[in-house]
Amino acid sequence: MNEQDFVAVLWAAAALRAPCVGEKGRGPNLPSLPFQLLCFRPPERKRFYQNVSISQGEGGFEINLDHRKLKTPQAKLFTVPSEALAIAVATEWDSQKDTIKFYTMHLTTLCNTALDNPTQRNKGQLIRAAVKFLETDTLCFRVEEPAALAELQKKEWDPIVAWAEKRYNVAIGSSTSIMGPNIPASTRDIFISHLASYNMWALQGIEYVITQLKSLILSMGLIDRHITVEKAVLLSRLEEEYQIQRWGNVEWAHDYDLCELRARAAAGTLFVHLCSESSTVKHKLLQD
Amino acid sequence: MAALGSPLQTLRGLLRELRHVSGCAYRDTAAYRHVLAAFRAHRVTSEKLCRAQQELHFQAATYLCLLRSVRQHQALHREYHGRGERSPEEVAGLVGFRLPQQPGGKG
Repeated sequence: MNEQDFVAVLWAAAALRAPCVGEKGRGPNLPSLPFQLLCFRPPERKRFYQNVSISQGEGGFEINLDHRKLKTPQAKLFTVPSEALAIAVATEWDSQKDTIKFYTMHLTTLCNTALDNPTQRNKGQLIRAAVKFLETDTLCFRVEEPAALAELQKKEWDPIVAWAEKRYNVAIGSSTSIMGPNIPASTRDIFISHLASYNMWALQGIEYVITQLKSLILSMGLIDRHITVEKAVLLSRLEEEYQIQRWGNVEWAHDYDLCELRARAAAGTLFVHLCSESSTVKHKLLQD
Repeated sequence: MAALGSPLQTLRGLLRELRHVSGCAYRDTAAYRHVLAAFRAHRVTSEKLCRAQQELHFQAATYLCLLRSVRQHQALHREYHGRGERSPEEVAGLVGFRLPQQPGGKG
């Protein structure tokens, strides 16, 4: 059955159906049109557990919702290598009030992606996808007018690009043309070999941060702890912030997007750091 | 290094966010215990420039940013985007119309 037949069936079903206005227990009201039916959102899952706790299993740390063990969307057991990450995920599940809002649980989503690998990419493919973003890196695309924005871009973005060039010993540059900067192959190779030193989980996190911030340079700045999340998000949204200063802030759009981007970037960065660290505490004996 | 502010501010902010998450019982949560233990463990060190301390502070600041922005995002969503669509009756009522009553149902 192709898509048109599918729509035709839905239209027929909608025409035969009584209008569902006033139907109880449905959540948001649904006018009976096929377009709306195609966009039908299933009712939200209620919180079905009282307590969230973590336990240590063979593969790592697991999350327990009451007595049930948390599983990934592909029904694998949810195990994370780091205790701090497990506690953070447990806090996410614990913070759900009446309904479970999966779109607020960024760390859980990242862990599920790392465990399931739904796009089935191997390490090389992930690294190539990450480094490919350098060709379309936000920080490298400059405007010529308005002059104030060009000046702001130069003032805010140049130091970060210079830091990345110095830190990784590469040449990146910036460009005002529509084609973007010309990234030499040596630069790409250096980034590929640098990213190869991270494990698979950390790479999922890095690729996520790059996709959210639309910039490889800003993501490396975050991973290397050179800039804070707030600053990285500000630099990523520099043109929007400039327009907001000029024309005013719209809370339900600008602040909404800002908070969401901050949450995603923070989750990605935290995920990378928690997956790529290993800490040991050595107690020194006091000698008097 | 990132401009982070003082560790005390970050810790206070984190505890405040954890209180928002868990309510009155926030002191019993694993997150609270872990955060306090981590901050205590990295406080005393004989090194002058402690890299682990800065790493922990950055991680704490990142987690604080995550908790805070998730909470603000949810508040904005509830206020502006949470109401769903209006029913056809409400839409008609916006401009002063009423929907026709058809006792036999729609054609």
